[in-house]
Amino acid sequence: MSEIASMLTDPLMQRALLAALLVGAAAPVVGTYLVQRRLALLGDGIGHVALTGVALGWLVGSAMGLVPNDVLAIPGAVVAAVVGSVLIEVVRRRGRTSGDLALAIMFYGGIAGGVLIITVAGGSSGSLMAYLFGSISTVTTTDLILTVVLCLVILAVGVGLRPALFSVSHDEEFAVSSGLPVWALNMAVAVLAALTVTVAMRVVGLLLVSALMIVPVAIGQLVTHSFRRTMGVGSVVGVVVCVTGLSISYWYPLSPGALIVVLAIGVYAVVAGLHPLLARRRPAGDPHPDIPDDVQVAPRAPADADCTP
Amino acid sequence: MTAPAIDVRDLHVHLGASHVLRGVDLRVDHGEVVALLGANGSGKSTLVRTVVGVLEPTRGEVDLLGHRLGDDVPWQRVGYVPQRVSAAAGVPSTAAEVVASGLLHGRRLALPRGWRRLAREALEQVGLADRADHATGQLSGGQQQRVLIARALVRKPELLVLDEPVAGVDRPSQEAFAATMARLVDDGLTVLVVLHELGELAGLISRAVVLRHGQVVHDGAPPRPHAEHGSREHEHVHPHTSEVPVVGAHDVGLSDGPLLTGEQEARP
Ligand SMILES: Nc1ncnc2c1ncn2[C@@H]1O[C@H](COP(=O)(O)OP(=O)(O)OP(=O)(O)O)[C@@H](O)[C@H]1O
Ligand SMILES: [Mg+2]
Repeated sequence: MSEIASMLTDPLMQRALLAALLVGAAAPVVGTYLVQRRLALLGDGIGHVALTGVALGWLVGSAMGLVPNDVLAIPGAVVAAVVGSVLIEVVRRRGRTSGDLALAIMFYGGIAGGVLIITVAGGSSGSLMAYLFGSISTVTTTDLILTVVLCLVILAVGVGLRPALFSVSHDEEFAVSSGLPVWALNMAVAVLAALTVTVAMRVVGLLLVSALMIVPVAIGQLVTHSFRRTMGVGSVVGVVVCVTGLSISYWYPLSPGALIVVLAIGVYAVVAGLHPLLARRRPAGDPHPDIPDDVQVAPRAPADADCTP
Repeated sequence: MTAPAIDVRDLHVHLGASHVLRGVDLRVDHGEVVALLGANGSGKSTLVRTVVGVLEPTRGEVDLLGHRLGDDVPWQRVGYVPQRVSAAAGVPSTAAEVVASGLLHGRRLALPRGWRRLAREALEQVGLADRADHATGQLSGGQQQRVLIARALVRKPELLVLDEPVAGVDRPSQEAFAATMARLVDDGLTVLVVLHELGELAGLISRAVVLRHGQVVHDGAPPRPHAEHGSREHEHVHPHTSEVPVVGAHDVGLSDGPLLTGEQEARP
């Protein structure tokens, strides 16, 4: 107990826990839209591009002689991720065949560019490790403020605009025919995805960002039929695995990012294993829901005449 | 109110390299129920998708409820049912959630109070009230189609554009749908509906437009689907009959096969 108390009073840990909690809540909210659009791997793509942003921020920071030369790394990642994500959205709208290749080129370019630029900036590819695998234990107060603000923006837009974002993600053609601002809503999803990648980068690292966005949603899908509740369950799972993973890493020398993702996948495995048991029990309450729809069996039943007024 | 509900003038639409619509004129007045007929690939879906703003015309004009296509159109007064096979997507959603998305339009991006009740009422109109909380992806194809109809009805539109709304829907549900439509048409609903068979809706149709290779080849009396309905239909059809032979029933019949053969036989 006193160990938990000491963890909670450690200011470093307090900052890290707050960041983990907010990121855990926000990432699955955006992930829900990505899964619905069948763009589950978009987070990975943006992550690659964000790496170039980190390196560019580093380069600019060194050139300007800023004191820790990576203060601009996160703002750089935010800018690169947003630009990359918007570009991907534009390519996606242009049609699928060329889009696929363009995306792949962008992803690889992101990694290669990041490594090249970081060496130009006087670092080594090792300097990127913290971004690739997460570095939540080194969250500074400035980082924390940025993370809190961005997470609140993501949650506000992602939850507040849910019906509209659901509509465009579900059936874009119908959304257009309703006069919804489809272009702006698509861009909103792209920017949300980019911001999520950059905030989650501190917690689980760019290579694992997508897992935090997608795996909780996969768990949510197993336990509910509703979009709203899938998002809610995903968010709760995200918070639980992030906080638990981070707390475990306080006592054991394990990478918190990897631990969080492994926990999430573990929860998924357990729920998926239990799912057939739960699903088998469900039909009992609803034995033959299909019967009332198929009444017209008798060819010349007298009721037939009443059916056509 | 004097402007027609749909006014399409000299509409040309290209999809990719193909010139799909070649100079279509179509006018639907308030209170009319117009059937859009034609063979597969004749451009029916292209026409209705252009009318509801999904596709861009390459030439020509489309006015909807008296407004040129664009942000000025009062979209909350227009309902659209696309032609498709599935109402499901990557994440499960309930029928009520899908239907509720029909309550958003234009700059209204949030659901109104009482959206659950509205969604349930719309599902009731298509006979699916008990499925409101079911996963859309786990409904049958015909039931999913009815969910999409409910999504168009939920905003209580005054103009309804339907692309094969009853394809794959069973007879009892088609009858129920026709009854619902009859009630709405009585209340002043205007309808443009793409069909292959007039079916249960035959009694409601006031006019038929036939497309062939992206051009209107017939605009007038609806074809008579069943001989036994002849006497009841007759008085509807009569005022227009003189138009039909001018277009050439034979011409129309070729593109549409069985649907229009009844008409040719019924007209000695
Ligand atoms: N995206 C596209 N790119 C190029 N051509 C297309 C595209 N979509 C449709 N077409 C062509 O346009 C023509 C008209 O298609 P449309 O979907 O309007 O037909 P339809 O009358 O609705 O047919 P159906 O009865 O099968 O629904 C077809 O010849 C089709 O091949
Ligand atoms: Mg069609």
